[in-house]
Amino acid sequence: MQSLLKFITCGSVDDGKSTLIGHMLYDAKLLFADQEKALELDSKVGSTGGAVDYSLLLDGLMAEREQGITIDVAYRYFTTDNRSFIVADTPGHEEYTRNMAVGASFADLAVILVDASKGVLVQTKRHTRICSLMGIKHVVYAINKMDLIDYDQNKFKEIVRNIKKMTAEYEFESLFTIPVSATVGDNITEPSARMPWFKGGTLLNYLENIDITDKADEKGFVMPVQRVCRPDHTFRGFEGQIEVGSISKGDEVVSLPSGESANVKSILVTNKEMDTAFKGQAVTIQLDREVDVSRGCMLCKDIDLSVGKMFTAKLLWMDDTKLVAGKNYFLKIATKMVPAVVMNIKYKIDVNEGNQVQTDRLYKNEIAVCDISCSDKIVFDEFKHHKELGGFILIDRISNMTSACGVVEHPLRRDDNLTWHNMDITRELRASQKGQSPKTIWLTGLSGAGKSTIVNELEKKLFEIGKHTMVLDGDNVRMGLNKNLGFKEQDRIENIRRIAEVSKLMNDAGIIVLTSFISPFRLDRRNAKDIIGHDSFIEVYISTPIEECEKRDVKGLYKKARQGDIPNFSGISSPYEPPENPDIEIDTTGKSLEDSVNYIMEALEKYM
Amino acid sequence: MSKLSHLDELEAEAIYIMREVAAESEKPVMLYSIGKDSSVMLHIALKAFYPDKPPFPFLHVDTTWKFKEMIEFRDNMAKKYGLEMLVYTNEEGRAQGINPFDHGSAYTDIMKTQALKQALDKYQFTAAFGGGRRDEEKSRAKERIFSFRNSAHAWDPKNQRPEMWKLFNTKIFKGEEVRVFPLSNWTEKDIWQYIRRENIEIPSLYFAKERPVVYRDGNIIMVDDERMRLEPGEKPVMKKVRFRTLGCYPLTGGIESDADTLDAIIEETLSAVSSERTSRVIDNEAAGSMERRKREGYF
Repeated sequence: MQSLLKFITCGSVDDGKSTLIGHMLYDAKLLFADQEKALELDSKVGSTGGAVDYSLLLDGLMAEREQGITIDVAYRYFTTDNRSFIVADTPGHEEYTRNMAVGASFADLAVILVDASKGVLVQTKRHTRICSLMGIKHVVYAINKMDLIDYDQNKFKEIVRNIKKMTAEYEFESLFTIPVSATVGDNITEPSARMPWFKGGTLLNYLENIDITDKADEKGFVMPVQRVCRPDHTFRGFEGQIEVGSISKGDEVVSLPSGESANVKSILVTNKEMDTAFKGQAVTIQLDREVDVSRGCMLCKDIDLSVGKMFTAKLLWMDDTKLVAGKNYFLKIATKMVPAVVMNIKYKIDVNEGNQVQTDRLYKNEIAVCDISCSDKIVFDEFKHHKELGGFILIDRISNMTSACGVVEHPLRRDDNLTWHNMDITRELRASQKGQSPKTIWLTGLSGAGKSTIVNELEKKLFEIGKHTMVLDGDNVRMGLNKNLGFKEQDRIENIRRIAEVSKLMNDAGIIVLTSFISPFRLDRRNAKDIIGHDSFIEVYISTPIEECEKRDVKGLYKKARQGDIPNFSGISSPYEPPENPDIEIDTTGKSLEDSVNYIMEALEKYM
Repeated sequence: MSKLSHLDELEAEAIYIMREVAAESEKPVMLYSIGKDSSVMLHIALKAFYPDKPPFPFLHVDTTWKFKEMIEFRDNMAKKYGLEMLVYTNEEGRAQGINPFDHGSAYTDIMKTQALKQALDKYQFTAAFGGGRRDEEKSRAKERIFSFRNSAHAWDPKNQRPEMWKLFNTKIFKGEEVRVFPLSNWTEKDIWQYIRRENIEIPSLYFAKERPVVYRDGNIIMVDDERMRLEPGEKPVMKKVRFRTLGCYPLTGGIESDADTLDAIIEETLSAVSSERTSRVIDNEAAGSMERRKREGYF
C-alpha cells in the first residue's frame, strides 16, 4: 500500500520555490504532454531569454503570472514508484504570510528554501517559526542556487551552522539540509556531479523515504462529534472522525463535557458495521443508553483532556483589522464553536530572534501569546499533544473573516493568577461583544409615509438575525423623556436634540437605534447627525408623496389639518424639507410592506 | 496500529467535509453534474450519512445539450436512492435558442454559469458542494476547499479566507454562499481507483464503444442527436471512443480508445499523455479562462 506525504515548500521571495517543484515534476516525467507543451509555450512569453520557466507550472492565478510572484497556496499532486505526494507551494512574499500558514497547517513536512548567495534571511526565520507553530515535525532546508556560489562547500557549511543555531529553540523530529540548484537541476532528482562532497542523496530521494509516522503513543480514544444521525426513533448515532486511538464495540466511553458514560452499542465505519475503528476513520457510533451528546461534544476513553473555559494560546494574526485585547470572537476548536474573548496579549514574539515584546495590539502576520476566555465550557488538549484537539481559529463576528489561528499552550484554572488586560470598556468593545456595529437609523418623512410600520418590521428583521436594537418613536419619547415639551419651535429643536443624545448613548452602549420621527427640518436632522456622529448616522428618507399620505390618512390627521384643527402640520401648514442626500430613499406608494423593508435591509447591509 | 490507505484517507476527508457542512450550513445543496466526480461525490454522501439519506437536495443544471444517456442516468440514480433531485434550466436562454454552435463562450456563460447563479438565488442555498479537484487546472489548484462567494456569486482569488487545519469557517452573510469541494485533494487516478474499489455506477459514456463521431479542430465530437450541426463535408463515422469528462455533447471531446473496462481505463489514465481537461473545448480558449469564469461565478 502506497503511503502519502503532504509537504509544503516555503522560503523567501525569489528563492525559487515554484521552480524547484516545477523542475521536480518535469524531471520525474510527472507532467502530462499538454502541460509540458503549455509550459514551454508560456515560457516563451513569460520568461527571460526563452529558457523553460518551471515556476509557470505552479503560479496559476492571472495576477501571479503578471506580477511573477506566488500569492496563494497551489496544491500539486504527483506519484512516484515509492510514494504519493501532495505538495503545497506557498508564497514567500511577506504580505501573503497567512497563505503560507494555510499550507503549513496542512503539511507533515516542510521544504524551506534558502538562497545560497544570501543565507538565512528574516523570512527563513519567520517561515521556520510558522512551520513549527502549525505543528510541522519534519523540515528540510534546501540550500538553493548553489550554482551562484560555485558549489562552494564551505559556504554551504556556514549556512548549515546558521540554520542549526536558528532551529535550536524548536522541537523538530527531523531536520535535513541539502545543497541544490533548482534551475540547473543539481540534487533535485539526480545527484549532482558538481557537488561530489555532498553524500546525502537527492531531494526527491529524501522525500520518498522519510518516515513521518507519528511517534507519539496513541493510547485511548477521542472522537469529536460532528452531527447526530437520527433517521428514525430506532437509531441515534454520533457522526465524527476518530482523532486519537481506537474504539471497539462494548467499550465504555465518556461524553465530555457532561462526563456521562455509556457503552458502545455499534460502530459504523462509513456505512459498514465493524467491531473496531481507529484513528482517521469516519464513523457513526451508537451508545447503549441515552446520554447528553450533541455537536461539539467529545466521546473519549482512557485519556486526560481539559474541560474548561480558559486557556493560554499562541496566536497568528491573519486579519487586516488588528487584534485589540478584550474583543469578542467566535472560536472554533474541533467541532465546537463558542463566543470567546481574547482577555489580554501577554507578549508578542519577535519573528526574527524570538524575543518577547510588550504590546496591547496585534497586526496581520504577527505572533503573540494570549489568554483566551470562552463563554461556554469546551473540551481541548494542548496542541503539542494533539494538534486536532488544540488548534483553533478565531472568526470576526462582524466581518465573518477568519481573523486568527491559534494553538493551545496550556489550560487556565479560575484560581490561576489571571489578569484582564488593563483596559477601558469602549464603545468598540461593547459593540464587538454584541457582534454588531451600532448605528442610528434615522427615518424621516411625512406623517402617514409609513415610517412607524417600517421601523417595527425592520426591528423584527434585525432581531431575527441576532442584532440588539431599540426603537425611539413618538410613543416612547413623548410620554416620558420629552413630556415637558410642546410643539413650539424651541421645543421642537429640544425634542430632536434629546432624541439624538439618547441615540448616541445607546450607540455607545453597542445598540442599533431606529428612530421614527417626521423630523421635517434639515437643520434639525443635521444637528442630530452632528451629535450622533457622521459615521453612525444613517438617514433613511421615506419619500412617499403627500397625495398618497393624505389618501391613506390612517389617523385622520390630514383631514383635521386641512380643517385647520392642527397648526404647524408638516406638509400642510408647515414645510417639510426633504433630505438632499439621504443614505437610503424609498417611496412606499404601491409597494408592499415586505418589499419596502427588504429594500431597506439590503441597502443597510453596507453600513452594518 | 493500522494506518489508512491513501484512498481511505481521501474518503474520510470528504466525509468530514460533508458532515461539517450538513451541521453548520443553513441550506446546503449538492451540485450533481452526472459525471464521474459527481458519481463519487454522491457515493460518499450516501456513505457519510448512512443509515440516513444525505440531508440535502441535489441540483443538476441542465443546459439541454447534455448527452441523452446522462439524463437517463441522472433520473435513474435519483429514483434508486430516493434523492430530491432539482433540475434547473435557464428558461430565458432556452427561449432565445442559445446553443453551443452559434454562441460560443456566451453559451457556457448563459446556460451554465448564469443558470447556476439563478438556481442558487431561486432556492437561497447557503452552501453548494461541487466535484472540482485541484489537479484539474491551475486556478483550481489554488482554490480553498471552502470557497467563499459574494452575493454576486463571484470568487475573489486574491482574498481567500485562510483555511487552517480542518477548521472550516462556514460563516456567511445573507445572500452569500460557500462553494465546497470535498474532492479537492483527489486526482483523476484516485477517482478511477475509488470507482473500481467501491463498484460505483457511472454512465457508460466513460467506456469505449463504437459511437457516431466527427473530427473537428483536433477534437472528437459525438453526434448524440439530430441537433448536431455538421459542417460542409463532415460525415459522422463509427469509431470506438470514450470520454474522460462528460458535459454538453457538442463541447465534449472523446478519445479513441479500446478501454471498455475499469481496469483498462485506469491503465490508460496512468499512462495518459494529456490531462483530462484538454477534452473540454472551452478550457483551451485562453490562458486564465477558467479563473475568469470562476470569478464570474462558474464552479
